[in-house]
Amino acid sequence: MTDLILSPNLENADGFYADLVAAHDGLVKADSDALNARLVLVLANHIGNANVLSSALIAATLKDT
Amino acid sequence: MNKIFEVPLYAYQRSPDQDTASSVRHKVIVIGAGPVGLAAAIDLAQKGVPVVVLDDNDKVSFGSRAICFSQRSLEIADRLGAGGKLVDKGVLWDAGKVFFDNRQVYEFHLQPDAGYAHPAFINLQQYYFEKALVERVRELQADGAPIEIRGQNKVEAVGTHNDHVKLEVETPEGPYNVEADWLIACDGANSPTRRMLGLDFEGRVFEDNFLIADVVMQADFPTERWFWFDPPFNRGQSALLHKQPDNVWRIDLQLGRDIDPEQEKQPENVIPRLKAMLGEEINFELEWVSIYTFQCRRMERFRHGRVLFAGDSAHQVSPFGARGANSGLQDTDNLCWKLKMVIDGEAPELLLESYNRERVEAADENIRMSTLSTEFITPKSDMSRLLRDAVLDLSEHYAFARPLVNSGRLSTPCAYSGSSLSSADALTGPEITRPGSACPDAPLGEEFLLPKLAGKFTLLTIDADAPDSLEEGGVTATRLALSVKDDLTLELKRRYLGDAPGAVYLIRPDQHVAARRDTFEENAFRQAIRRATGKE
Repeated sequence: MTDLILSPNLENADGFYADLVAAHDGLVKADSDALNARLVLVLANHIGNANVLSSALIAATLKDT
Repeated sequence: MNKIFEVPLYAYQRSPDQDTASSVRHKVIVIGAGPVGLAAAIDLAQKGVPVVVLDDNDKVSFGSRAICFSQRSLEIADRLGAGGKLVDKGVLWDAGKVFFDNRQVYEFHLQPDAGYAHPAFINLQQYYFEKALVERVRELQADGAPIEIRGQNKVEAVGTHNDHVKLEVETPEGPYNVEADWLIACDGANSPTRRMLGLDFEGRVFEDNFLIADVVMQADFPTERWFWFDPPFNRGQSALLHKQPDNVWRIDLQLGRDIDPEQEKQPENVIPRLKAMLGEEINFELEWVSIYTFQCRRMERFRHGRVLFAGDSAHQVSPFGARGANSGLQDTDNLCWKLKMVIDGEAPELLLESYNRERVEAADENIRMSTLSTEFITPKSDMSRLLRDAVLDLSEHYAFARPLVNSGRLSTPCAYSGSSLSSADALTGPEITRPGSACPDAPLGEEFLLPKLAGKFTLLTIDADAPDSLEEGGVTATRLALSVKDDLTLELKRRYLGDAPGAVYLIRPDQHVAARRDTFEENAFRQAIRRATGKE
């Protein structure tokens, strides 16, 4: 079973974060929300693994200690 | 020429039951001559159980209504002796287009799944389905089978007793009383039987309305399924265009909850919408328009003593996914062999409880699937809509998003997961044939597997030994001996063995798996037969 990675794993953390913010530059809220929704779906498909995805859903709620 | 749904197919005729001093008792009475009631009657009559069908009408159903019949329904119809006729008349399609807002987001071509006698589904107006079943009833009658349809026989009162049911029936020549050991209520979503017994629905309820139209196109139009999410001509809702036989096209426009059905049905409101859908230049003739209101819900129990509910009378779902008539046909397929065994004293009445449990499980699955489709088509929250729109926008560019697009998931037979009739799985075999599952078809040279499993308990051996038959408590399972070599396409191996070198399956008369093991073990299979017939 594949586990969700919650330790640092990004190849270029600062670079990715800057790109993520920049992707929303100039967008109105609705377009920004839509972009985020599409991004979640693109990433989810790339991951594919059901166990990792359900763990990620739980992790994102911040209720998992 | 009259349309077939305008011609009486089972006109009223006086029955001798109307002239007797005391009520005549029948083995089984079915109320409702729709697809489900007719299927139940044919199934019972073929098994030698005398059956009378009462219907308050005398014609097949008006307008197209149910239009998509699944592979499982065609397999059941084969056993009822009507499958070939349906496939010959039905429309096969394999291409479709999906629209979102004002544009097409993608088109698709379905790859036919090889190794099945029947396609995944056909499009066919409900009246053709009913007509084929009525013709089958006439064939059975000509062969002397104990089956009868009484048109314009409206049941006005139902009295339930421990071992029978009393009915008061209204006819054009006045009322009469009649009795039955068993009553099967297939009288539809507004089931008068359900109401007369003071029973109602429980559980999740939501409601929606659809404008349903049959149009005859006067020009060529492609044989494709077109589905619109949130189109300009039906904002916030969906629309569906589907091909039926005879150049008739079916249009389903979702209307939402709070509408005025009479107003929506007016041609001056319908025609502009259809023109917006089909294009101004397309000439069409409106054959039938109806407003269909559905509620997604089921009865708490499908069996109440000697009264058994099947089809829409017991459960209703949204039309997305063709789960109405198709699940009703699986109801009676599940019920009739059990009822026959109980009537013949081969199984305890308890066996009928498994009808209730198994078909409630199936209804819950259908309601769940239908609810998921409904949520995608009409999202209930802003975030649900945002995600839905994201899926549709992505689907225009990337194939990965297309399986997420949910305009209805086509009905597949329920695998009864916790059924008391199933024995524990004793084969490291494929998931699709674990106990409880409906047997998938497989090619056997020029023939197919399912017709060989028709209507009786079967001991299917694939590269395994077993006796020619096994009798336990008056129930006989007859061996069907096969080898993976019988199917050069290896679908039989893929669907029934997986990596196992051989297997023995006990298969119920409704072609669901009761038990499976790697080898024949007499005691295990004796016990499996007892379990499958409600004796353990």
